[in-house]
Amino acid sequence: MIYMDHSATSPVDPEVFKVMKPYFVDEFGNASTLYSLGRDARKAMENARGQVASLIGAKTEEIIFTGGGTESDNIAIKGTAYRLKDKGNHIITSAIEHPAVDETCKYLEKIGFEVTYLPVYEEGIVRVSDLEDAITDKTIMITIMHANNEIGTIQPIAEIGKIAREKGIYFHTDAVQTVGKIPVNVEELNVDMLSLSAHKVYGPKGIGALYIKKGIRLEPLIHGGGHEKGIRPGTENVSGIVGLGKACELAQKNLIENAKYITNLRDKLINGVLDSIEQSYLNGHRTKRLPNNVNFRFTGIEGESLVLHLDSKGIAASTGSACSSKKLEPSHVLTALGLEQVDAHGSLRLTLGKENTEEDIDHAIESIKEVVETLRKLSPLWCATPGAERGE
Amino acid sequence: MYSDKVMEHFQNPRNVGEIEDADGVGTVGNPTCGDLMTIYIKVKDNIIEDIKFKTFGCGAAIATSSMVTEMAMGKTLDEAMEITRNDVAENLEGLPPVKMHCSNLAADALHAAIDNYREKKGEKVEGTHICSTCG
Repeated sequence: MIYMDHSATSPVDPEVFKVMKPYFVDEFGNASTLYSLGRDARKAMENARGQVASLIGAKTEEIIFTGGGTESDNIAIKGTAYRLKDKGNHIITSAIEHPAVDETCKYLEKIGFEVTYLPVYEEGIVRVSDLEDAITDKTIMITIMHANNEIGTIQPIAEIGKIAREKGIYFHTDAVQTVGKIPVNVEELNVDMLSLSAHKVYGPKGIGALYIKKGIRLEPLIHGGGHEKGIRPGTENVSGIVGLGKACELAQKNLIENAKYITNLRDKLINGVLDSIEQSYLNGHRTKRLPNNVNFRFTGIEGESLVLHLDSKGIAASTGSACSSKKLEPSHVLTALGLEQVDAHGSLRLTLGKENTEEDIDHAIESIKEVVETLRKLSPLWCATPGAERGE
Repeated sequence: MYSDKVMEHFQNPRNVGEIEDADGVGTVGNPTCGDLMTIYIKVKDNIIEDIKFKTFGCGAAIATSSMVTEMAMGKTLDEAMEITRNDVAENLEGLPPVKMHCSNLAADALHAAIDNYREKKGEKVEGTHICSTCG
């Protein structure tokens, strides 16, 4: 199988797995205990904290371990809202956030907060001028993702952060899709909080981290034994934390090299498909996108069918099509680009990884071509719209 | 999430295409909802002697279209009108619950094609089938 769904999850790097293994059976100590078994676990954990901090240019003590990206987002957003509720009730986010942010904001709306969802236009990027217009004296927080999980577009985080800082507004970014894939530096990005996850960068599932800039105070969402500065109590997942640390170390070591290699594969795939399949389009900005993200749509074709056929050709990919979701609505990201619903149903996301090869890309292009042809033969819409009236 | 039978029909759909001189044509669904299907029938002596389909939609939409054409081929019009959405789903060894409502429109498309044939012949159509065309 050719795996091209790295934005869903990635395989654990064998080097990561190797350093995790001792912490299940032999080095099982609780990192909060006094004896050497516990102290050793604590040391391993603090070493990992340093590895995470190093990757994103943070101080070690600014990293809190969490149960993953979704949890980090919840802690940052609700923790800020609850803490600053007497100061204001307005939050600004974007129309294309991951559900971990989007649904959290919707929940806050239900309990009395007001949320502005910034538009992203055809290219899938928020405009700083819209942000400036949206800020009121009630704005307590801005939360905008670093790069989108579906279409890979990269947002102007540093610029947004500069404005937030001038206005004294807390700024959080969900960087789950960017950490380890492009350079991420919390100082350069002017962020107060940043969410990241291990399993998107060849680490284990169920572990992530939240960067909290020194001086930023959050209301904890869960209460317990005071672990992780009381922000995320509960006995630490030492093996997961060690795995996250190692994954960050490896990502940092090979960041530029991997990004370059994967960007080449991405461009080969984009060009190969757009050149060889008529009425095929790229969703999202052509260059301001993640090195590993490709998102196509094909006139007259529905996404789930495309993914199922590709699976039978040995390619694992995904779609923003409603038909593959539980809600039966097309992706809010694709509709935010201004796509008509019928086009939003036809998306195909391929997210590449370091283990993909040029041969994989050739095979993918050929397979997509075949599958699109097969499905168009079946499609009443393909016959109904032979002209290319729908432009890019 | 799909049964082997659904996958088999999805991978090898039966009776794909259009019938140029069709006696009846039925279209249901709405591309906005992600599913649109058209069924073409050729009728002789009150029997469906040929049937073809074209479908835009998910795996379930394609598999149900294929299945309903197999079920209706050779049947009398009255028999074909008796085929229900549930019959189609059962013949496919079940559909995921979320697909039962949205993508299981093939029986409706078949009934619409038969109504279209009968209307053309000047017969009165009861119009009891639920035509899901919303667009």
